[in-house]
Amino acid sequence: MNPEFFEQLAMPLFDQLYNFAHWLTGDRADAEDLVQETYAKALKGFRSFQQGTNLRAWMYRILRNTFHTSRTGLAAQNTSSLEEEEAQGNDVTAHTITPELLLLKQEDQQTVLNALAALPVSYREIILLCEVEELSYREIAQVLDVPIGTVMSRLSRARTALRQPQKTNPLGRPINARTL
Amino acid sequence: MPVPCDQNPITLASYLDGELAPDQIPAMHEHIATCPQCAIEIAELTRLKNGLRAARGHHAPTLEFRKKLQQQVAPPRRPHLNVLRFIPAALALPATLLLAFTWTQHSRRQDAFSEVADLHVNALASTNPLDVISTDRHTVKPWFQGRIPFSFNVPELAGTEFTLLGGRVVYLHQQPGAQLIVAMRQHKISVLIFQASPGQTLPFPASTEASAHNAFTVETWQSNGLRFLVIGDVDATEIERLAQSLKQANT
Repeated sequence: MNPEFFEQLAMPLFDQLYNFAHWLTGDRADAEDLVQETYAKALKGFRSFQQGTNLRAWMYRILRNTFHTSRTGLAAQNTSSLEEEEAQGNDVTAHTITPELLLLKQEDQQTVLNALAALPVSYREIILLCEVEELSYREIAQVLDVPIGTVMSRLSRARTALRQPQKTNPLGRPINARTL
Repeated sequence: MPVPCDQNPITLASYLDGELAPDQIPAMHEHIATCPQCAIEIAELTRLKNGLRAARGHHAPTLEFRKKLQQQVAPPRRPHLNVLRFIPAALALPATLLLAFTWTQHSRRQDAFSEVADLHVNALASTNPLDVISTDRHTVKPWFQGRIPFSFNVPELAGTEFTLLGGRVVYLHQQPGAQLIVAMRQHKISVLIFQASPGQTLPFPASTEASAHNAFTVETWQSNGLRFLVIGDVDATEIERLAQSLKQANT
């Protein structure tokens, strides 16, 4: 692809990508660095970008991978082991009513945002991609480089974690979305 | 105690995310309608989805950062645009040289015209303006034989407004030449004739219409290896008429 097209194709994603980056890093300066690095990498690799493939998923993937190799991203990963969470298997059920009712009855969006901010990064990113950035399962699979089945199961666990933040927050991390 | 539901929670979420295969949707509708547990789950997932909408665009980039990034991703300027930037510089040198050359040429030409004008004025200011005094062209022309290394024809001016007064030998740029003085009423006109050899250094144009230089009107042309210059303080049309008769006599 001609780099001249990069600006007009990639700039419309700027606000979404920034929002995603800020949710991931929890910090404005880190988010700006992340977005900047993402665009620099994307611009560099744009010649190899195949027309017809999903630019949005491609950009999110670059951003996400950049984040996971960054200092902030590595720190976030160290606090929660993805393998461990995956290994928890099918102990999540659809009918654990009590905790989520506690959350949802508050009908407070800020509470949901606090819960989102407090999620381990592997859950936070998939919730963001699905609910906030509105990527399809297929796109999420491309971004995370996992099969669609993994997208579905991880998303389910992420939602469960999100609905019981105070009880099951695996990070033991204080919920403070204001720092985000 | 409600009857446990074997519906996979992932399938419920897929349904809400719009990812359920179209052929599975009617069955899902049917199930939700009959399963209170799944209906509650759907309602709660929907509320969660609604709550997460607040996270969309929750963090907005600053204007400064937007500008910074836009500069970063701005397409590289086209090569020819880059070249364009250097064109003025690239043109400046030849343009300067051309200007200098043109100015020099113009300046040399001005100098040459000034010298011709000097010759003309010198002759008029001299107490002895003419070496050969005759209105007869058949007297004047032969007088130059042996004095200048070329020959030319003097037109018959009798019956015209011009009167031949005579001639003298002059030098211009180390070249000998003939100067004829022609009177028109009270005005004197010089006709200067030099050899137009290939090595001649006279920086005159090959031919000019009568043009004004320092209030003198000058016309010059080249014919049969001779350079003719007609200079006087008369109108261009009159210089032109005299030049025409000289041209006719020397073709």
